[in-house]
Amino acid sequence: MSRRFTPKVVTANHLLEGDAIWLTADDRWTRDMCEAELIEDEAHADIRLLFAASQQDVVVGPYLADAVAGENGPEPTHFREDFRTKGPSNYAHGKQVELS
Amino acid sequence: MYKYNDFDEAFVRTRVAQFGDQVQRRIDGVLTEDEFRPLRLMNGLYLQLHAYMLRVAIPYGTLNGAQMRQLAHIADTYDKGYGHFTTRQNIQYNWPVLKDVPQILSDLADVEMHALQTSGNTIRNVTADHFAGAAADEIEDPRPTAELLRQWSTDHPEFQFLPRKFKIAVSGAKHDRAVTKAHDIGIRIVKNDAGEVGYQVIVGGGLGRTPMVGKVIKDFLPREDLLPYTEAVVSVWNLLGRRDNKYKARIKITVHENGLEEISRLVEERFAAIRPTFSGVDQELLAQIWGHFTPPAYGNAPYDVFKARLATDPVFRSWADTNLTAHKNDNYAILTVSLKKHGETPGDASAEQMRVLADLAEKYAHDELRISHEQNVILPHVHRAHLPAIYDALKAVDLATANIGLISDIIACPGMDYCALATARSIPIAQEIAERFDELKLEHEVGPLKIKISGCINACGHHHVGHIGILGLDRAGVENYQITLGGDGTDTTVIGTKTGPGFSYEEITPAIERIVMAYLDLRQSPAETFLEAYNRLGMAPFKAALYEEATAHAAE
Repeated sequence: MSRRFTPKVVTANHLLEGDAIWLTADDRWTRDMCEAELIEDEAHADIRLLFAASQQDVVVGPYLADAVAGENGPEPTHFREDFRTKGPSNYAHGKQVELS
Repeated sequence: MYKYNDFDEAFVRTRVAQFGDQVQRRIDGVLTEDEFRPLRLMNGLYLQLHAYMLRVAIPYGTLNGAQMRQLAHIADTYDKGYGHFTTRQNIQYNWPVLKDVPQILSDLADVEMHALQTSGNTIRNVTADHFAGAAADEIEDPRPTAELLRQWSTDHPEFQFLPRKFKIAVSGAKHDRAVTKAHDIGIRIVKNDAGEVGYQVIVGGGLGRTPMVGKVIKDFLPREDLLPYTEAVVSVWNLLGRRDNKYKARIKITVHENGLEEISRLVEERFAAIRPTFSGVDQELLAQIWGHFTPPAYGNAPYDVFKARLATDPVFRSWADTNLTAHKNDNYAILTVSLKKHGETPGDASAEQMRVLADLAEKYAHDELRISHEQNVILPHVHRAHLPAIYDALKAVDLATANIGLISDIIACPGMDYCALATARSIPIAQEIAERFDELKLEHEVGPLKIKISGCINACGHHHVGHIGILGLDRAGVENYQITLGGDGTDTTVIGTKTGPGFSYEEITPAIERIVMAYLDLRQSPAETFLEAYNRLGMAPFKAALYEEATAHAAE
């Protein structure tokens, strides 16, 4: 029996800057995970990932990451994905300062 | 130090131009990521968690003031004003953007530096004893040998698609400071009974998922056989190596699966076949390389100013006692500059700090600097008379921490704060442990103690050979830290032993504290180091202190 599908977002690294980005419902790439499309359906997830993989000139290494619906939009469920939304813990660098 | 000849210069410039073109074609969409990835890795460019990362080689850890200043320039111009020195004598920039990388490589080429073979399944940056050319216990400077190996391995046509990466370390001293037994090939410069200098060759060492201590495959290799013999070893592994399974692809597994005897037989067979093709041109090259490594002209001025400062300034004295090592010239000292200020990131240096180090090297230290695998910077030739001035200059930029070899002189890989492969964070653990023991004011009381932290099983932080090793793992979606004790990265290399169940992010610093407190209780005298006490007592009392208290606490 296959495991029940859990909600996902499509994420990747930006080709030029190399930072974490997420796919929105209107086919944009955002640096703010809250704006990402939260995908609840497995077949739709496959389609969205294929779309992301076709954007070779914008993104690198797209994949589906687990997420949950939060107050302001999708939120990560795993600490690795959480760090990707913020940046490193030893300096105030990356998204934790760039987005604020 | 080594100066590029016309060939080196043209080679590096050509590669920079090629890579510039490749980057442009990737940006223009002509190259796919699958096509571009191997090309960028050949030039040291990774894509990490938050950004690209450029790994620049510092061959055998040696650089001069102008090179260090250029590293500072790159940090300021293309990055966030700092660089991270690694356990493989490289520097990593954590934030370059793709379009800038060719220009960074060009700036590096201006000072005879590069990022070639700092990634990919090739022979990586050849590392060496960070006290090379200066240590009192040295048989011979290992750097000419390392430079010969660097030239031989760079773009070696047979070895560009190896089963996995391949790491070579060279040590030329009585004491092994280059962890040669934890490398694919370790080369130790030795003297035989006849007084001739040659090489002891160690093969099949490595840390990572399956840690193994290297085995001596050749007790004494004549100098002129180095390249053909090394080539034979890599060649035998290149054919046998397990390309079917990346976890079994390293030479340590090949040696383990086939046995040292069989590998040795195959190497001798291959050696006999290729030895005649080495006409001796490599030895001519080596002789030329030696010309670049003439020792500095040592001064013999008195150093009363140093003695006076020692007598009057206890803070200076503590720093001198902790951070200086005996030099082969009695008027001189080897100075290790700590990049481990309590609470800072191990191995990180700001552009300003790099410039100060460059200035000090030029002004006081025969224009030489070294990077150690322990992530510190070394001024290898310092006349003792200059030490007070150097100390004051270092102190002004937070580089005068007196902790070399002590509990806060921690090796830590970048971990999940940067690395895409990491399973947990390393840096904040190192910061917290260092700050905790600084707060307790116990560091000097505890004495020599090496803590090494890796953020994943690949063991870039050398945790297996830490007296206390910490390995960060992902256990069911939570960071978890496993402790090993009794590791040793010196001549008597030992892989540490796991204590038992791991600890959470919040629990790990108190856990380390319990181990260290147990040591203070258990040691016979302050002269007995942590490792000596562990070797005398074994795991049991440390394990008891580590877990019994934790259990008692949990039961409260």
